[in-house]
This record gives sequence, structure tokens and C-alpha cells, in this order.
Amino acid sequence: MFKIIEKQSLTPNTDLMIIDAPEIARKAAPGQFVILRKDETCERIPLTIADFDREQGTVTVIFQKVGKSTRELGELKSGDVIRNFVGPLGKPSTIKMYGGRVILVAGGVGIAPVYPIARALKDAGNYVYVIMGARSADLIFWEDKMNAVCDELILCTDDGSRGRKCVVTEPLTELLEAPWITGHVWAIGPAIMMKFCCKTVEPFDAPIDVSLDSIMVDGTGMCGACRVEVDGQMRFACVDGPEFDGSKVNWDVVLARKKVFSQEEQEAMQVWNREHQSEHICNLESAVRRQENRRVLPLAGD
Amino acid sequence: MTEVNLTVKERMSIPRHEMPLQNPVVRAHNFSEVALGYDLETAMAEAERCLQCKNTPCIQGCPVQVPINRFIMALRAGDLAKAAQIIKEKNNLPAVSGRVCPQESQCESRCTLGLKGRAVAIGRLERFVADWDLQHSQDQIEKAPATGKRVAVIGSGPAGLTCAADLARQGHSVEVFEALHEPGGVLIYGIPEFRLPKEIVRKEVAYVERLGVKVHLDCVAGKLYTVDELLHEQGFDAVFMGTGAGLPVFMNIPGINAIGVYSANEFLTRINLMKGFRFPEYDTPVHVGKFIAVVGAGNVAMDAARCALRMCGLHQDGKGSQKPEVHVVYRRSREEVPARAEEVEHAEDEGVQFDFLTNPVEILVNVSNVVTGMRCVRMQLGEPDASGRRSPVEIPGSEFVLPVDTVIMALGTRANPLTSEAAPAVERSPRGNILVDASNGRTDEPGVWAGGDVVTGAATVISAMGAGKRAAADIDAWLREKDKDNSRLPLAV
Repeated sequence: MFKIIEKQSLTPNTDLMIIDAPEIARKAAPGQFVILRKDETCERIPLTIADFDREQGTVTVIFQKVGKSTRELGELKSGDVIRNFVGPLGKPSTIKMYGGRVILVAGGVGIAPVYPIARALKDAGNYVYVIMGARSADLIFWEDKMNAVCDELILCTDDGSRGRKCVVTEPLTELLEAPWITGHVWAIGPAIMMKFCCKTVEPFDAPIDVSLDSIMVDGTGMCGACRVEVDGQMRFACVDGPEFDGSKVNWDVVLARKKVFSQEEQEAMQVWNREHQSEHICNLESAVRRQENRRVLPLAGD
Repeated sequence: MTEVNLTVKERMSIPRHEMPLQNPVVRAHNFSEVALGYDLETAMAEAERCLQCKNTPCIQGCPVQVPINRFIMALRAGDLAKAAQIIKEKNNLPAVSGRVCPQESQCESRCTLGLKGRAVAIGRLERFVADWDLQHSQDQIEKAPATGKRVAVIGSGPAGLTCAADLARQGHSVEVFEALHEPGGVLIYGIPEFRLPKEIVRKEVAYVERLGVKVHLDCVAGKLYTVDELLHEQGFDAVFMGTGAGLPVFMNIPGINAIGVYSANEFLTRINLMKGFRFPEYDTPVHVGKFIAVVGAGNVAMDAARCALRMCGLHQDGKGSQKPEVHVVYRRSREEVPARAEEVEHAEDEGVQFDFLTNPVEILVNVSNVVTGMRCVRMQLGEPDASGRRSPVEIPGSEFVLPVDTVIMALGTRANPLTSEAAPAVERSPRGNILVDASNGRTDEPGVWAGGDVVTGAATVISAMGAGKRAAADIDAWLREKDKDNSRLPLAV
């Protein structure tokens, strides 16, 4: 059992949780992720490590409430516990002095994983640019925190309600066009954003890393649910990644494989909605509804 | 109970007792156990068939040397507790091995009765005794006095659990580190409920824990800790690596990343560990179509095919919609099938179809990258190769399309790459398997042992248990020897 030390709501659909996990905090590095399972009947979901504090023994995760599991997770409060919390998983980002500048593009909830990478790159002596993008102002979070770990922060929103009114590739192009050596680029966010960042970077010949958020089950390399195609080779995002050379990623595979379970995800969401129709439902009632909703399984002898 | 005195001839004339099974038509729609087990009367009657051979060939066939003659004798005398105790002298997970061992090629293959007729059903008897024990056990656990030595076991599969239990019995303090959220390894995530109920696995793990073994879940070797840290920072005296062969092998053919293509590991993990067959009561989804191809013909392929069949059964609306089809696609012929004979029979009885001498060459997809079919080629067996196996050769011009919407790859597994992150210094084969002295499981690193699938590649539950047992004996001897050496050293002032 892992205790939630603190729970915050960052935006209308994004929550933060600080989890008491000293062993993981001791080993965590930027770029890695955890897998958590809220309860006995819950699925295992991967979340990137947004922050860690080795002294306090805590790991911070940030998640967008997009489906049943994340919405259910969002109902937890400080003091509640999470049944399973596994990590740190995946390979850490390559942190070093790149020479010149590094540019980190963070889209939406991608702000979370970018933060520890930016901090580590800054500590390593790099000149760090961060481009933070979101649909609208209310979806931007951690602006101050990010400001503290980078040299220049560029904000943009699709509707112009905060920062520039543009998509992230616009400031990215401008930075790349400026006569400065670009040591490295990171793009972390929705797959489609990462794909277009790679396209933007291509003519400038700058190296770009992306963090692929594939569907995962175990997160330890035993199933291949998270497989992606990089440079024509099959790779497992959980053990070979999640960061890969963006110029070599087959985005068609990445985008298609995200939809593997869309039908079931909708079904789970409908069930969850039915369970949460009224304002307050006690745990017992919700458990009863769960039972009612399960597919009828004929048993032996039926 | 009265002693029955039968002559050898009388014993040999008793027919082998069949195991009652769930009706194939019914069981194809549920995940309840297929083989229902003997009742006391049948078990006692089957036990009467044993000739109590002096040279006990059956024991030679058992990878962990269960005293088969003695436990059958105790069963015959009606002393089930004693029978269980005798089995547990050698086997820490008898309810598991009684169910999943390929007895026909192990203990039962050596049974004297098998030479002229049918072998004693040793596996079924072991299962009967173990199941009785799980219900009635008083757990009179006998343990050696505490040695003060600490051993870390990485992986809680059959190898790790066996090694841990044996070491705990010897008085060592044992801690098991498991990456998943439940202990048992392949017993939990791989072998389906209808072949090995998870309740049985949990009870057997609980028995190992009662021996004093501490199990840490959610601990990924190579990420949270390394073997080096366990030995030099956390103060363990020895480490046993039983991390298995969990890395799935995919075919290098077009369409392998399409929607609807699973590794058997993913498919089985979703169903067994995550209870995907009870979606949406359990959150983890498993998407199964109506025409499923399982590629490969090992036990894992049989498990995947039979799970797929059941998943289709659960999803059927019963209104005369098209009947689901599950095909096992195998490039060799029936004779070469590596799966347990009984599993193949059960799969066939349930309606799984076998396409022998068939090999996939491409997975066909639609514009959304969803599987629509599998292009296959017919094979014929060529000349025997160096290993004596006849290798399959394509028949030119024999290509055809199998119309499927789901493909499950069950082509075997390899050692997980995380194993090398956990123990970078330990010597491994080019395929990633850990190299050990087969007699005792020692690696080239002092204080580090390994056993099970991580050494042999995907093999059987019982061979992993055997490896765990050999390593435990050697670790115990090594720790005691080390103690002697230390006591000879002068005390520090």
C-alpha cells in the first residue's frame, strides 16, 4: 500500500499526487515512469514521474482524467492509499552538457515529465528553453516551477488565452532558425504534437527525443503491448524507452496502437458513468453496482 | 483403515482411473477448472495399483525426487496427512505440480505398470493429496534453527518459491523480490484459471510464507535494486535469480504491430493476472474477435487458444451470430507438437482447430491498421537437421489467406533484458540466458545463483522447481561452509 501524501487539482482535468515511496524516490531519474494500480479490480496504468524528492522519500505523478481509471484515481484524497506503485521504470533521459542550448517542448500534461528533465539539464549546465503549450490558459500548470528550472520559458495556447496564440511548432521553428547551435530537442506531449515537432526539427538536423506513452500492462518488458517501431525495428517502450530518437519513430504505428482498446475504454467509461449518476454513492452501493454490471459468467454445471 | 492385501497380478488388473472432467461444451464457455480431481474413493483405488517397486523408477523420473512410493503407501493406509508430509519433504508446491507437470514424460513414463499397460496416475494422486492438505493442513512446520544468514531471491515463480522455501526450512532468513503485484510468476499470469485455479496458487504461496519467507511485491530487479546492492549494501549473504524467460518473441513479418496482434504473454496476462475475462467488473480490457489464430503449438499456445475460445464464448450473444473459430497455426506436423498431450486433447475437445504444416508470412490489415487476415504458406518437412529434427520447408505456390481478426503469437520467450540490468557482471549466453553450473546453479559471480527459465529458456514448471531445489541445497552448503571459515578467523580487537 502506498500513501498519498498530497493531492492537488492543477487544472479542471489534471490532478497531482505526491506519493510516499522512498525506495522509488531513491532511484528515480528524469524520463522514467511508474505503473500504478489503485485497487484490486483496477488496471495497471503508466504515469511519468513528474518530480521526486529523495530526502522526503516521495514521488510526484500528474495525470489527466481522460477515462475510467484516471477519473477514479482523481477521486482519491490526501491520506488515501494506492494498492500498487511500481518503479522507477524505463530508461532515464540522457542528461549531460549538450553544448549550445537545449529546447524542451511540453504539450498539455507533457508539462509534468518535462519538468524533471529541464531541471536536470539546467543542473548539468545547459542553456534551457522550454516551450509550454496547451489548448487554453486554464490547462496550463506549473508555470512558476518550470520558470525556476529553465532560462527561457515560452508559453502558447491554441486560443491565445495565455501566452502566444499558436501551436508549439511555431516558437520551435523560430528557435531553430535563430543562429544558435541546438544541442538537443525534447518533445513530450500528445503523439500528434510529438510527430509534428519531429517534422519541424527535421530540416534543421537537430537531434530530437520523444517520450512515447504506449499502452502498457506490466511495464517490465514481458508482454510487448507497448511495442513501437523505431528505425524499422520493433522496440518495447517500457524497457527500451520510453524516450526514442523522434526522427526514427514510425508514427503511424504509434497513433494506430493507441486505439487498440477504444471500444472497451468507452464501455468502461459508460459503466463508470452509470455508477456515478447521483451526487453521492457510498462504496458499498458502488460495489453492488459493479457486481450488477459484470458480464454474466455461466459457471460449471449451468 | 483395513489393509488390503492384493497380489501383483490383482494390482495390475485394476484399470487406471480416469479423471472426471467438465463437459467440453459447457467448459468452453467458462473459466472454471476443467479437470475436477479424484474423490477419496477413486484416489484410494488408484493407489492400490502401485506395485511398490524396490528400485522406484518413478522417483528417478521426477525432477524433484518426490518419494512417490512412500506417499502412495501412506495414502493407501488412509493417512492423508502423512502422505502430504512425505510429498512436502521434496516438493513445496504439490497442488501446482500435480496439475501442470507433463507426467507422461516424467514420473509416469518410468512407472513399471506403464511398460505393459498404463502407468499409475501419480500426478492425479499427488494433486489429490495436496488438495486435501490445503483444506485440512495443520501445518506442523519443522524448521532448522535460525542461522542468521540472509538470502535474497529474485522472482517468485516456481524456481524462486521452491528455492526460498527450501532455504527457509534450513533456518535461513529469506526475502523474495517480485516485480508484479502478485507472487507466482507464470503460475499467476500465464497458466489459466481453468488449468490451475489461482486460489490454489495463492494457498501454496501462503504455505511458503508460513515457512518464514518474506515476499516483497512491486519490486523490479535492475530498476529498484541490483544484485550487487543486495549483496553489498543490503547485507544479503547470497542471491538466487529466478527471473524466468518473460520476453516474448514476435515474428518478423509485415503487419506484426497491427491492432489485433498480441503476444501470448500479453493476452494471458490480461486474462489471468488482470482478470480481463471479468471486464468490466475488472478494468483491464481484452479485445477478442471471432476468428482467432494462435501461432505456435507449445503449452502457452494451447492456453492462449483455449482462453480465446472462452472469451468468444463469453461475448457471444447466442442469437445465431457467427460461431467463433480458434485456429492453432503450426509450421510442423502433429508429431512435433511440444505441448502436453492432455492439453492438446482438451483443446480439440473444446473445438480448437489445428492447422499443421502452416506458417504465417504476412498479417493483412485495413486502412485503420486492424487485422483482417493472415497470409500463410503450406509447409512440408525436409531432411533432419543437425539436431535430428526435420525442419519445415515452404511449398512454393501454396499461399492462402486465413480470414482472422485476432492473431496471438505464441512462439516462445527469452530472458528479459532487465535481468542484465539487475546483474550486469553475471555471464550470459548470446541469447541472454544466465550461464550456470547445471549441478548446483552457481553463476560465475561469487554468492550469486540462478535457475529455472532464465537459465534454460522457456521450459517446464517442475524443471524450474528442480533447479530452485538444487540451488537451495548448494546455497545452504555454501553458507554453512562460509560460516566455518569465518569462525576460524581471529576476532577483531
